[in-house]
Amino acid sequence: MSIQVRDLNKSFGQFKALDNVSLQFNSGELVALLGPSGCGKTTLLRIIAGLEFADSGAVLFSGRDATATHVRERSVGFVFQHYALFRHMSVYDNVAFGLTVRPRRNRPDKQEIAERVHKLLELVQLDWLADRYPDQLSGGQRQRIALARALAVEPRVLLLDEPFGALDARVRKDLRSWLRRLHDELHVTSIFVTHDQEEAMEVADRIVVINRGRIEQVGTPREIYNAPATPFVYGFIGDANRLSGRAAGGWAELAGLRVPAPDFAQSEPRAVTGYIRPHDIELSGGGEGDGLAARVESVAQVGASLRVSVRSPEQAQSLQVELPHSGGQWPFEVGDAVRARPRAARVFADAPV
Amino acid sequence: MSDSGVANAVAPAFTAAAVSRRAVGEGAWLRWALTGLALLFLAVFLVVPLVLVFREAFSKGWDVYLAALTEPDAWHAIKLTLIAAAIAVPLNVIFGIAAAWGISKFRFRGKQVLITLIDLPFAVSPVIAGLIYVLVFGSRGWLGPWLEAHDLSIIYAVPGIVLATIFVTFPFVARELIPLMQEQGVSHEEAALTLGASGWQTFRRVTLPSIKWGLLYGVILCNARAMGEFGAVSVVSGHIRGKTNTLPLHVEILYNEYQFAAAFAVASLLALLAVVTLVAKSALEFKHQRDRERSARAATRQEEL
Repeated sequence: MSIQVRDLNKSFGQFKALDNVSLQFNSGELVALLGPSGCGKTTLLRIIAGLEFADSGAVLFSGRDATATHVRERSVGFVFQHYALFRHMSVYDNVAFGLTVRPRRNRPDKQEIAERVHKLLELVQLDWLADRYPDQLSGGQRQRIALARALAVEPRVLLLDEPFGALDARVRKDLRSWLRRLHDELHVTSIFVTHDQEEAMEVADRIVVINRGRIEQVGTPREIYNAPATPFVYGFIGDANRLSGRAAGGWAELAGLRVPAPDFAQSEPRAVTGYIRPHDIELSGGGEGDGLAARVESVAQVGASLRVSVRSPEQAQSLQVELPHSGGQWPFEVGDAVRARPRAARVFADAPV
Repeated sequence: MSDSGVANAVAPAFTAAAVSRRAVGEGAWLRWALTGLALLFLAVFLVVPLVLVFREAFSKGWDVYLAALTEPDAWHAIKLTLIAAAIAVPLNVIFGIAAAWGISKFRFRGKQVLITLIDLPFAVSPVIAGLIYVLVFGSRGWLGPWLEAHDLSIIYAVPGIVLATIFVTFPFVARELIPLMQEQGVSHEEAALTLGASGWQTFRRVTLPSIKWGLLYGVILCNARAMGEFGAVSVVSGHIRGKTNTLPLHVEILYNEYQFAAAFAVASLLALLAVVTLVAKSALEFKHQRDRERSARAATRQEEL
């Protein structure tokens, strides 16, 4: 089922949680709502679920207006950040809950419920825990039971609020790829909220980056990383050197680095801020050639790459450079003279003060 | 070299243990003194009076005791007390759950004011509580003339007693539930709603089971107070024997008439109620505690696996 939200606005007192948000979620897609805490992503998810109501705007399910539909009738599966499993019920009863509360005429009989619950527990690979209580499960197990419970009602859309937020790092990684595989199996339209860019990059088909109640960018993980649309996205996704400078005539001068800036063809110089990914800077040894003359301040090896920090004597700010690396020999040592050349950069005009 | 290192590391630990043992050791006599004082206090002010109540009640033998309880006025007082509690407790359960639900699950203005108001019966002297009702429903009160014109009596009648009892007991259930429900938050209810449960199903199958211990505890305390209330009920009752006397009022009348054995016999009934209430309360706490510990143990076992 596809979901559309149109011109959503929501305020809590003075605080504007959503500011004119319009989005389209395609059928069968897995979309991440990504942003810093307090950016409105959870509010958006809760409005889609019907747990919260927008001040203005509309929510459409498969093109039909669902804005006034009660949460009961929306048939959404919602997975809560802290699972919200019913503590006084066994795992089995938790998963069966959505089926047993149905009106008698379309409630499956006991045997059918049992079959469906066990099938779901198998799907989340926890069939052996049916008789346990939520208190007796680990965090990762609880999360999977919460997912099975949400899937039991055969929701048309699955909404997950920070699904891995409360788990430790290793379990989180496992569950991430497991969720992706599960989604590929079920193909139910899913939206999940996260503040973890790596999680969004790894799991989602598309990412919606939200900041201060506004949408900054919508795109595939690749587009978001390679072509961030706004300074915020540049800063939020991946690492970047943030350099201020001036631009004119199609070129920008950023802390001694000259980069093309086709958006700034005017002759009058303007104050700009440029973003350069650490792996988009080339280093060459020696004092000759073009590029910014600098000295190596520090070198550290992190996995298969070298993190080099270089600084030009005329500049206050040092540049972070990331180089692919293998073998034991480092091409640069601290104190070496190098030349830094940007391969790619993105320049944004500074907001007029 | 390494040996001496270990020895050095161990030595301070020993010293620390010794110091802490000495600190406790010096406090031993103090501990006993404090415990003894508390026990003495309890004995003088609680246990001895309680024993005396029963001794006085049986001072003239079993027959007098039974006669005092089965005599029509006493029997009527017992019934009236049970009726008042039977009306006040369920109403306060409904009110308490509704108030706690509203306060813990919704955001609204004046929430603090409401919480303070719920505490009012605790803060106000019961006599004042009774007088409030006399002022409103009494023959010279606001609604008095209207009630008289329609031949309804509230003050000096059973409705007044029930009203006063409700007033003095209404914080018990709400007070017990508000912190509990605030701590639990709303996500369980929201989860139930997204799974298609109706409001009533959500309440019965999700909310109620998660507050049942707190609720039972509140009901027990509420019931004890409803049956034992003297001040407020005394003001509105009018002390009409065989008509508007509850157990505590009946005790007072008997006592004032120098029928000590009878007075203590009836009082022993109330004392018994108090003992039963305390036992029930402790049993509940014990069971609740044991449930929690059991699930905590199971969780640790799970972690170890």
